Amino acid sequence: MGNGTSIGRVRGLGSSHEGTHHWLTQRLTAVGNLVLITFLIVSLALLPDYSYATVRGWVARPLPSIALILIMINTFTHARMGVQVMLEDYVHEEGGKVVAWLLVNAVPFAAAAFGILSVLRIALGGA
Amino acid sequence: MAQARKARPISPHLQIWRWGPAMLVSILHRITGNGLAFAGLGLLLWWIGALASGASAYQTFLDYVWLGTGGGLQTVTAILGKVVLVGLTWAFFQHAASGIRHLILDIGAGYELETNARWSSLTIVISVLLTVAFWAFVLLR
Repeated sequence: MGNGTSIGRVRGLGSSHEGTHHWLTQRLTAVGNLVLITFLIVSLALLPDYSYATVRGWVARPLPSIALILIMINTFTHARMGVQVMLEDYVHEEGGKVVAWLLVNAVPFAAAAFGILSVLRIALGGA
Repeated sequence: MAQARKARPISPHLQIWRWGPAMLVSILHRITGNGLAFAGLGLLLWWIGALASGASAYQTFLDYVWLGTGGGLQTVTAILGKVVLVGLTWAFFQHAASGIRHLILDIGAGYELETNARWSSLTIVISVLLTVAFWAFVLLR
């Protein structure tokens, strides 16, 4: 094991012992997305109209609000991991890695928190 | 085989690769996935945030994304909004069909060259048909 080239620094260390979790979680959340997003777009297509009262009333019902909260968790996890893989493939400069780190480790959590709070306000806030 | 020999070399380089359905679908899977992650989830958050904020915020969302009633900038964004929404539904159907193909590949099936090419092409046919069916249902019913 040398310390010159990047391949030399990692040669002989073996695997990282954590890739399988990423791979498996990506698959499990994919199956979750098949159910959740299909439910979302079929429900939206079936709404009688898209007025504020109709759409907000739909979101406030128990099943849609739970589905939307699960989307904020499951779909954001899936998207976060997918974007992470994309960035790992394309971003190689140190400056870009800082932006990439934010995109993967800060933005999805902030976004999901915003989404969950919005659904909770609609579901629990009354009319 | 003779044809494959003639087309050599097929080394991993964008200008040398011979296009096939599997690689097209693989690239589309990444493009649609990241498009859904940024544009799709971004729009989802704007939509749910506007709904939570009140009637006027929701009307602003509708005006910018679909109706364009305010004129000016909204006229432009309403056209873009329709293109993006149709694009996102296609992206979802493509990513889902391609994703189901990946789940099947994960159990070790579908690696025969012809099967692989057929299933790859099929994901595109399915996604286009579902997109047309979805919007026909929403707009024509």
